[in-house]
Amino acid sequence: MLTKRIIACLDVKDDVVVKGVQFRNHVVMGDIVNLAQRYRDDGVDELVFYDITASSDQRVVDKSWVSKVARVLDVPFCVAGGIRTIEDAKRILNEGADKISINSPALERPQFITELAQIFGVQSIVVGVDSREEGNEWVVYQYTGDETRTIKSKHKMTDWLSMVQSMGAGEIVLNCMAQDGVRRGYNLAQLSAARDVLTIPLVASGGAGEMEHFYDVFTKSKVDGALAASVFHTGHLHIGGLKTYLAQQGLSIRK
Amino acid sequence: MITIVESGGANIASIRFALERLNVSAEWTSDVDKISKASRVMLPGVGAAGDAMQKLRAKELDECVKSLTCPVLGICLGMQMLFSTSAEGQTDMLDIIKAPVVRLTEEVGKTIPHMGWNDVMIEQKDHPLMQGLVEKEFFYFVHSYYAPLGSYTVGRCDYFFNSFSAIVIQDNFMGCQFHPERSGAAGSRVLENFIRM
Repeated sequence: MLTKRIIACLDVKDDVVVKGVQFRNHVVMGDIVNLAQRYRDDGVDELVFYDITASSDQRVVDKSWVSKVARVLDVPFCVAGGIRTIEDAKRILNEGADKISINSPALERPQFITELAQIFGVQSIVVGVDSREEGNEWVVYQYTGDETRTIKSKHKMTDWLSMVQSMGAGEIVLNCMAQDGVRRGYNLAQLSAARDVLTIPLVASGGAGEMEHFYDVFTKSKVDGALAASVFHTGHLHIGGLKTYLAQQGLSIRK
Repeated sequence: MITIVESGGANIASIRFALERLNVSAEWTSDVDKISKASRVMLPGVGAAGDAMQKLRAKELDECVKSLTCPVLGICLGMQMLFSTSAEGQTDMLDIIKAPVVRLTEEVGKTIPHMGWNDVMIEQKDHPLMQGLVEKEFFYFVHSYYAPLGSYTVGRCDYFFNSFSAIVIQDNFMGCQFHPERSGAAGSRVLENFIRM
C-alpha cells in the first residue's frame, strides 16, 4: 500500500533556512544541509526546498546548495522558486534534485508546464498553487514570495488545478494561504475541493499545528502528502512521533 | 568499479551521489567497448520510454546491453527497458525479459503517477541482491507504467488493484522499479548488494 507522505518544507533564503508567518518576517532557522539531514534521520518521507525570494525577485539565485543536499540525502527532494526556463530546471535536476516545482511562471505561461513535462517527465514536475478564499470561491494568487508584488490571478482554484493537470504536471502542492504559518489546521474544504478535480498526487500545505491536523487532512481530504515547516523547525512536532501517531490511528505510514 | 550506461538523460546525479556515499567508484560511459568489458553495469533511466530507447539505439547500446553476461541492474525506467515492450509511446524495449510494460489502471481514489513510499514484499530473500532485507521493505517509487508479475518477480508491490514487479531478476539481469538511491537505508542495501555480487 502506498504510504501517506510527511513532507518538511525548508524555506531557503541566501543559503540558509528561514521561516516567516504568512510569508512575512523571516527569521533564520539554520543550515540547509544540517536541517535536511536531521529531518532525514527523523524519518521524513520527502523534503521541499523553497527559495522564497527567487520567483518574485525575477532572478535565479545560486543553487550550488542543491548538490550539497543531494550528496547527503537518500530520500527524495524537490526544489522550488525562481525556475523560469528549461535551463533553470535542467540545472537543478542535474545537481541531483528529484523534482522541481514551479508556481508564478506557470501562471505567466501555462505551456511551460507541458514543455518541462515533455523533457523531464511528468514525475519531475510539481506545480505549486497559492490560493485563498474570496467571497464564495477560492482564487489563485501569484508572486506570493513578495507581499508587495502579490496579486490575484484571473484563475479560480479548481479551474486552474484542472488546467495544470491537463498541461502535464505530475503533482500539486496546494498552499492554503489564509492558513499559512498560523497552525490552526489544514483547510480541509479547500483541499477536498482540489482532490475532487485531481487524479495526480496532491500535497497539502499551510496550517499544520498539531498531529490531529495531519490525521484530518489525510482521512478527510484524501491528500497524498502533508507538508509543514515551522511546526517541525521549532520542534513543536517531531516527525518520528507524528508518524508513530498516524500509524497508530491506522494510516499507512512508512516506518 | 561500476560502469553506468550514460545515454544522455538528465537527472543522474542522485545515483552518482548514492554510489559516492557507498564509497564505490563509478564510470559513466556510452562506449560500447567499455560496457562490454565491464564487471558490473547499471542502467539508469529517466524520462519517457521512447526517448530513452532511441538514445540507447543511437549509440548502439541496445545490442551491447543485451549481450552482457556480468551482473546488470536497471533502475526505474532502466528496469522497464529490460522488458519486451512498453505501452508508453508503444515502444519496443530490449526484450531481455519476455513481458510487456503496461500503464497503471485508473481507479477511484488512485493517483497516477504512483508516487511515494510503498511497501514491497520480498519473495526471494536468499538471492544475493536481497541480502539483509526483511520480508516487507519500503521503497520510493515514481512511475505511471509497470511490469506485471512473472517468474522473474522477486519483489512485489501492490497499488490498489495493480500488483506489479518492484524487483526483477532473470539470470544476470536485475532491475528495480523504485529508486534505490532515494529509498533510505533499504535502498542503499540493494545498491550495496549489487556492488558486492
